[in-house]
Amino acid sequence: MMVLEANGLSISFGGVRAIDDVSIAIASGQVFSIIGPNGSGKTTLFNLVSGIYLPNDGNIRLAGETVTGLAPEQLARRGLSRTFQNLQIFSRMTVLENVMVGRHRHERTGIMADLLHWPSVPRQNRATRDAARAALARAGLAGEDDRPAGSLAYGALKRLEIARALASEPKLLLLDEPAAGCNPVETQDIDRIIRAIVKDGITVVLVEHDMRLVMNISDRIHVLASGRTLTEGTPDQVRSDPAVIQAYLGVHGSQEAVRAFD
Amino acid sequence: MSLRALLDNRLMPAIAIAAIVIILPLFFPSAYYYRIGALVFIFALAVVGLNLLMGFAGQVSLGHAGFMGIGAYSVAIGPVAFGAPSWLCLFAGAILSGTVAFAVGRPILRLKGHYLAVATLGFGLLVAIVLTNEAGWTGGPDGMSVPKLALFEWRVRGSDAWYWIAGTTFVVGFVLALNLMDSPTGRALHAIHDSEIAARVLGIDVARKKLTVFVISATYASVAGSYLALFNGHITPDSAGFLRSIELVAMVVLGGMGSIVGSLVGAAVLVVLPQVLTTFHEYEQALLGLIVMGFMIFLRQGIVPSIAAVFARWRK
Repeated sequence: MMVLEANGLSISFGGVRAIDDVSIAIASGQVFSIIGPNGSGKTTLFNLVSGIYLPNDGNIRLAGETVTGLAPEQLARRGLSRTFQNLQIFSRMTVLENVMVGRHRHERTGIMADLLHWPSVPRQNRATRDAARAALARAGLAGEDDRPAGSLAYGALKRLEIARALASEPKLLLLDEPAAGCNPVETQDIDRIIRAIVKDGITVVLVEHDMRLVMNISDRIHVLASGRTLTEGTPDQVRSDPAVIQAYLGVHGSQEAVRAFD
Repeated sequence: MSLRALLDNRLMPAIAIAAIVIILPLFFPSAYYYRIGALVFIFALAVVGLNLLMGFAGQVSLGHAGFMGIGAYSVAIGPVAFGAPSWLCLFAGAILSGTVAFAVGRPILRLKGHYLAVATLGFGLLVAIVLTNEAGWTGGPDGMSVPKLALFEWRVRGSDAWYWIAGTTFVVGFVLALNLMDSPTGRALHAIHDSEIAARVLGIDVARKKLTVFVISATYASVAGSYLALFNGHITPDSAGFLRSIELVAMVVLGGMGSIVGSLVGAAVLVVLPQVLTTFHEYEQALLGLIVMGFMIFLRQGIVPSIAAVFARWRK
């Protein structure tokens, strides 16, 4: 079954076609990676799929349901969650509170109950706290509960975003460069975390520059260049595709491409 | 309950504030002090509401005195024009303010930062202009007198009575604010302050949450406005004016954005200081400005959060 299908997606910014007629289909339980040189439209594609941008053309289906034009919060309630390349942490809240916010779509209270601290509120707060702690443990952040989120190291913040997204119990999780800025050890952690997430039945879409990680973990890879689809296939097919090598050589991504082949 | 459990209680700040409300009058040498105390609690009530909006959800309002004005004129016009009891008019005013906030908030809360500030400023000006021009109802720029509050057989008069009413209401408003912060809605509001986009991606309906807190804060302001009118016995459109709005914002920032205790401190400083400084006659305003600037320079996160940070460092 296809968790996510996008057909003929296009969006322009000021005359520039950032995404031009891109179609993807992601099967349940996969790690599906989107790669391409800088500026090829990977994050733009994420923003389209997660409802942050409205496509000029094309349609999106989530678990068979047409969701084109729905707002991010509506998609979240249908089981789509994501992280951000440039971190979007609730830096004034503690680590645990950040992840508790991830439980929002599972919480049921009214404003009157909240104001009057109805017995349902503390009961639910406890359940939320427990679920948030479990999500933190899955992302390897157990024991950091009460630290201000802003005080965590960069690699830990990346994992905090993953924990927060996991707390929302998504069917589909979009990870935007989870290993960017991470050292090899932290990248290993990310690799392990993603594998565990997939094992739990969550489909993962990955945008990542670290080719070693991408090649190791992906079931399928979709390659973008200048907003268009270059090719799609298994890691083996993609790594031996001359068009992919050409797209990477001579541009910023060359280094990663070379590393991917050693 | 052990002392430890009491200190860790979620409502500890409210218990402490309630104790202060009760104990403070023991040190009051004259009725004048009751009057100042009542004013502090009335303003603090409005400031707690505004702090939920500004300090907590991160949405500025430069027109909150407009809601105080709606509350104030409700208890002034209602009893005279319709013969309704004041307490009923107070509730009606609160509902009216909430409804107006709902209607105004829907379009303007889409705006961010300075744009929202100017839009709310416009709203405040609008209320003040309507109150000035509808002289047939409001008495125009000279204002109108407000009938005394009567609760059943008890006609509320005197500063001490108002001290207890305002103090009790403030504690209730304080507890409601604490409750809200420790709830799913509170966490969602706090999240919106730091990253709207992350909040939305986690399923939070940001527009609706902003509207909710705007309505709540307007209701707080309205009740405070009604109290102020009933307490003073006379109101003018200035009570809904721009300067009053700025004063409320200054109280929030001075006490500490997002600090509910800070709301009381901010209100207390800006109500009490002008009284203390009257001995300096013509320099009163200049000194007030200087002191407020000093507070912000040396306690830049606001009085309560800055002092709390010092204590946290000291305990380590």
